[in-house]
Amino acid sequence: MNSIGYYPGCSLSGGGIELDLSIRGLAQLAEVELREIDDWNCCGATAAHNLDHNLAIALPYRILALAEKQGLGEVLAPCAACFSRLKGTNVRLERSGDLKAKMQTIVDLPYSGSVKILSITEFLNRLMELGLADKLPKKLTGLKVAPYYGCLLSRGEDIVSDDAESPSAMEAALRATGAEVVDWNFATECCGGGFSMSLTDAVLDLSNAILADAKAAGADCIVTGCPMCHSNLDMRQLKIQSSGMGQYDMPVLYLSEVLGLAAGMGCDQLGLNRHFIPAMALAHRFDPPPQAAETAEAVSDQRSN
Amino acid sequence: MSHTQQSELGARIAEQTGMNVLECYQCGKCTAGCPMAKYMDLTPSQVMRLCQMSDEGAKEQVLRSGAIWTCAGCLTCTQRCPKQLDPAAAMDVLRELSNREKMTSPQRRKILAFHKAFLTTVRKTGRMSEFPLVRRYKISSRDFFSDVLLAPLMVAKGKLGFKAHKIKGRSQIKTIFQTCADLARK
Repeated sequence: MNSIGYYPGCSLSGGGIELDLSIRGLAQLAEVELREIDDWNCCGATAAHNLDHNLAIALPYRILALAEKQGLGEVLAPCAACFSRLKGTNVRLERSGDLKAKMQTIVDLPYSGSVKILSITEFLNRLMELGLADKLPKKLTGLKVAPYYGCLLSRGEDIVSDDAESPSAMEAALRATGAEVVDWNFATECCGGGFSMSLTDAVLDLSNAILADAKAAGADCIVTGCPMCHSNLDMRQLKIQSSGMGQYDMPVLYLSEVLGLAAGMGCDQLGLNRHFIPAMALAHRFDPPPQAAETAEAVSDQRSN
Repeated sequence: MSHTQQSELGARIAEQTGMNVLECYQCGKCTAGCPMAKYMDLTPSQVMRLCQMSDEGAKEQVLRSGAIWTCAGCLTCTQRCPKQLDPAAAMDVLRELSNREKMTSPQRRKILAFHKAFLTTVRKTGRMSEFPLVRRYKISSRDFFSDVLLAPLMVAKGKLGFKAHKIKGRSQIKTIFQTCADLARK
């Protein structure tokens, strides 16, 4: 059985729980064991690099050192922010021996730099190669998706391997599910990131513009890989709608949830029941609840006739 | 004013990031692409310009600006800078200094309060948990009433961890925070 290190990060046991549930489900399906880093800590996120440049490296350094000690050659960091902090730390340590020595003193753990960090898209594309692509029995035909990369899955030199202005890392996997990828303009625009509570109006503005463009492009849902983007586009959509900025009812799904749907995993298993903007109706187009299954089949028969 | 000598801010940015702010030729591309520029009291290119200037007034203007705190760290400026400068990293240096010199714009005190509440939560438990973070933030920012209606919804969806997850290596985390704080005072 293949195995890979796993750094869930803090969001994945709270606001981003669907991401954790759907990733674990897909890994199991692709027969890849996720080996969680023992006693991992927070990567420091936005707060650490805003207030203390040493802390911003030291916190990820401890995580990387623990992973190395545990013998993990590759570690998945599904949250885009954790990914950016962890891989960014690797890049900086590699560039500067002085920084590495300083961190070893601060954290009091050795780290040679051997741990490779994978983003959610790199990981899911790997699963597809490892056989997941053959385990997607449900075709999400007719589902129009707007892949949303936001900031940290598109930008960061030496961190993100995709094209910064026109990323495409989600597209092959989305097309493999039978979904249609819409052409839209806001795939790499910022949602306001960590300002959800501290500068809420800006988050509402920026997220509103993203939702409006997805709607204008005819998308049925936005697909993301970042818990922060998810929270701003999904949870904050309630406020965007109640304050009259726009009316979208636009479900926001993690890429892993979309793949899970195509793999035939249940809505509850994927966490689709936990969204603020209901995603169940959309999911039920492809995964009808037992009592509705016959009706849905009848409808789809009619459509195909 | 000499253009060959680094200002105090320029020197600090060079020391922490390796970037030479004097290379900025004020094309304005960072400002043009910045999603937060419309909420800022200085544009990103103005911040870069002030970092080039050696007078004390320029330093004050930058460190007291709301702009440096309004930067979301989206990296659009850094991605597009034709001089391969890294304005986003400069913003980190400036925020750190603004906080340390207690010059943070009152207009953006909630943003600083949020970052501090976040780091306090991590220092005490090793991880971020939503409930302890939000509780701390609300007390320190005195922003008690926003989003109170969201809390029950979040609980219903299993998205608001009430109890902080405490890692075993909490003493290591405390030492890391303490060592970094000591380094910052030097």
